[in-house]
Amino acid sequence: MLTALSIMLGLAIALGLLLGYAALKFKVDGDPLIAKIDAILPQTQCGQCGYPGCKPYATAIAHGEADINQCPPGGDAGVRALADLLGVEYKPLNGEPKPKSVAFIDENTCIGCTLCIQACPVDAILGAAKHMHTIISSECTGCELCVAPCPVDCISMTPVAETPENWKWKYPTIPIVPVAHQG
Amino acid sequence: MNAIIQFTQKLNGIFKFHGGVHPPGNKSSSTQAPIADVTLPALLTLPLRQHVGHLPKVKIQVGEHVLKGQLLAEAEGAVSAAIHAPTSGTIVAIEEAVIPHPSSLPDYCIRLQPDGKDAWVAHTGQDWRNTERSALIQSLTGSGIVGMGGATFPTQIKLRTDGKSNIHTLVINAAECEPYISCDDMLMRERADGIVQGVLIAQHLMSAEKVVIGIEDNKPLAIAAMQEAVKNTDIQVKIVPTLYPSGDARRLVYLLLGQEIAHDKRSTQEGIQVFNVATMLALHRYFDHGEPSISRIVTITGNVAQPQNFEVLFGTPVSHLLAAAGGVGTDTSHYIMGGPMMGFDLPDANVPVTKASNCIIAASPGLFPSAPPAMPCIRCTRCADACPVSLQPQELYWFAKSDNFEKARDYDLFDCIECGACSYVCPSHIPLVQYYRYAKSEIIATDKAKEAADLARERNEARLARIEREKQERAQKHAERAQGAKKAAEKMVAAADSDQAQTGATADEAKKAAIAAAIARAKAQKEAQAATGEAPKNMAAPSASVQQEIADIDARRAAVGLSEADSPAMQDADKQAKIAAAIAKAKAAKAAAQTGHSATSATSAVVDPEKQAKTDPAIARARAAKAAAEASKNVSELAAPQLTTTASADQEKQAKIAAAIARAKAAKAAAEAAKIAATAGNTDDAKE
Ligand code: SF4
Ligand code: SF4
Ligand code: SF4
Ligand code: SF4
Ligand code: SF4
Repeated sequence: MLTALSIMLGLAIALGLLLGYAALKFKVDGDPLIAKIDAILPQTQCGQCGYPGCKPYATAIAHGEADINQCPPGGDAGVRALADLLGVEYKPLNGEPKPKSVAFIDENTCIGCTLCIQACPVDAILGAAKHMHTIISSECTGCELCVAPCPVDCISMTPVAETPENWKWKYPTIPIVPVAHQG
Repeated sequence: MNAIIQFTQKLNGIFKFHGGVHPPGNKSSSTQAPIADVTLPALLTLPLRQHVGHLPKVKIQVGEHVLKGQLLAEAEGAVSAAIHAPTSGTIVAIEEAVIPHPSSLPDYCIRLQPDGKDAWVAHTGQDWRNTERSALIQSLTGSGIVGMGGATFPTQIKLRTDGKSNIHTLVINAAECEPYISCDDMLMRERADGIVQGVLIAQHLMSAEKVVIGIEDNKPLAIAAMQEAVKNTDIQVKIVPTLYPSGDARRLVYLLLGQEIAHDKRSTQEGIQVFNVATMLALHRYFDHGEPSISRIVTITGNVAQPQNFEVLFGTPVSHLLAAAGGVGTDTSHYIMGGPMMGFDLPDANVPVTKASNCIIAASPGLFPSAPPAMPCIRCTRCADACPVSLQPQELYWFAKSDNFEKARDYDLFDCIECGACSYVCPSHIPLVQYYRYAKSEIIATDKAKEAADLARERNEARLARIEREKQERAQKHAERAQGAKKAAEKMVAAADSDQAQTGATADEAKKAAIAAAIARAKAQKEAQAATGEAPKNMAAPSASVQQEIADIDARRAAVGLSEADSPAMQDADKQAKIAAAIAKAKAAKAAAQTGHSATSATSAVVDPEKQAKTDPAIARARAAKAAAEASKNVSELAAPQLTTTASADQEKQAKIAAAIARAKAAKAAAEAAKIAATAGNTDDAKE
């Protein structure tokens, strides 16, 4: 009886210590939920969700202050992924996702005011004061934040064209064959 | 029974892989006549994208005359291949044109108009047996040779032996398992010696001990020719049973060597490298004769009058080849590039032949009846029995169909070689491979988007960190300056006294007036210059080109609606205007500093920002903050603790503002300014 008791006690102490150690050793820094939500968001940093970026929106979702369907660039798939992650009901997207675009600066018109650089959340614009500016299109997220500040309206959004490189196979469709042919 | 078959096969040194199918070969029709040459077409179209990897860099210009074999585009980046002129002629265009690709999309192409002379650029072979290996491989980068079996991977990369992988065995793929295609068959029959020379070069480059050529047993003439050619070498020719898809690299390695390569490994990691026979011939031509990759053998078959193999220059339009093969039947519905199992439909018959094109099939409803409508999957697992990679095609189909991509990936979708054996046996006629291709490209696109998102996140975080750092640096600088300016402040107070008249005018008005004055001054100056006929120094004697440039710039500016006041001739005025503006700013600041002397004037100075706050909080914040900060310079520091507790983003700044103004005995007005600053600041911060 006493042996059993002491074994159980010993086990309890040992496991308790182990757990305590593990809790310290493998402590997770920051809020893992925010990081998980942020990983789903498309990082366009466009602010269409009403927050100044994806991370603030992720924080708001994690704190229950924002709905999961406020990010148009994430599309329907994004809402579903968030619903899955958070275990909440899916909601239709609030807003319309646009086709992926990148900004384009008409370099003949640009006066080099640097206003667009200050607006770009991902530093995708290259230029210097009074010099021509240009977009590094591989870095541009298509957030459109640079369009409004430009005083000479020389920034336009161009949809990303389909090339043999980024082309995707389409979902198989069954071709409709006229019946007369088969006879 | 199976065990016995496997045992006898092992005795022959052949190892049968799982699955596989026996589609009708249909090869004999195109092997009746020898390989023929085709006449030069009127125009060659050379897509830049003929290989896996980066696009090459174009080295010629439109209008240039080039010789046969001249470099048109050189390999750029690690994985890339050069492109050479297939014949002599003139470059007529570099433009987008439809390329042979399942997407039917256009891509960059070089258009070459042959001059009919077919004149070679100077070229000689190399003494490859006595040359440094690395030099040989380096020179191969300029050969344009890519895997001719259809994978089009640049050959110089496959031949490069890094320290890690020690290649001991070369496998030469001559199985040619796909129906209809017979180009490798004919190549071996007619050019076996050249192939063997190429194999010897590859063996030398990789210092491989063993070379095995695998040929399917449905090509007896090719086998005989190859066996004859390898007589005095240590190259082995192995005959493998006809079974689709024995031409897949991993299947062939298993067939010939009995070695399975784990799905997450490359064959080179096991010391085995696989090449296509046609690639070997290209190596021979390059090293022994100096000829770059400019042509290949293409099978033209199906619904044509005389199915045959042709030696075709890259860039030749498919329609030209079809005509050479006697023309197509009237009931031709479409054209397939590649074989019927793995090939794709061409967008039209005018696309060019590229390094990857091994076969063109003219399809007709008779040859390729359209598939009956797909029925639901009955879970018969015939597809799984046929799959050479031992996947579960029915599961993959289920996941791909329902867009369950993560599951599809878990079931090793990316190990699928898209051989089509599963679709071939499916009793429900489900186009399985199409689903796999769809799922694969969706997954690849999602992965790319994810990568881009990660990059964007990183860049955004870096930017926010930078802004934060700069803000702190600025705050520190301000603090230092405030300390240093303490003494000077006494003087400023005195000076401000004499400027009392300014207090009535608002800062905005003062600024505007100053700018207007500056512009007026500049105009007067310009007029004076015009009157005296004296041009600004930089306009003394402009050259024609400079004048043209100035005119251009003026035109552009006019186009965007900029006033002439901004023209380059007025740069001086611009500078003056700025100086004037700066002076105005300083005056306004002094005016604000006046708050230290009379509460009424402070109120009048504050009223305006307050009004403005409604229309433009940012400006109001800036102005109020500036005014208050200036005031703080004029007085010795004394904190007002009860005010520093204000909850706001810019606590430090506000504390200073509050303290300064409190000390200036205009507590009421100052508190108001601080409040405006706070509200303006908050709304503005939320906007940022
Ligand atoms: S709308 Fe979406 S992409 Fe745009 S900032 Fe908000 S979370 Fe990011
Ligand atoms: S360049 Fe313009 S559209 Fe592109 S990320 Fe920057 S601000 Fe957004
Ligand atoms: S905002 Fe417009 S004008 Fe200014 S630098 Fe950017 S592109 Fe040029
Ligand atoms: S062969 Fe066709 S019907 Fe049979 S399990 Fe596979 S997909 Fe389903
Ligand atoms: S296409 Fe893919 S799944 Fe189908 S048999 Fe071939 S390897 Fe297997």
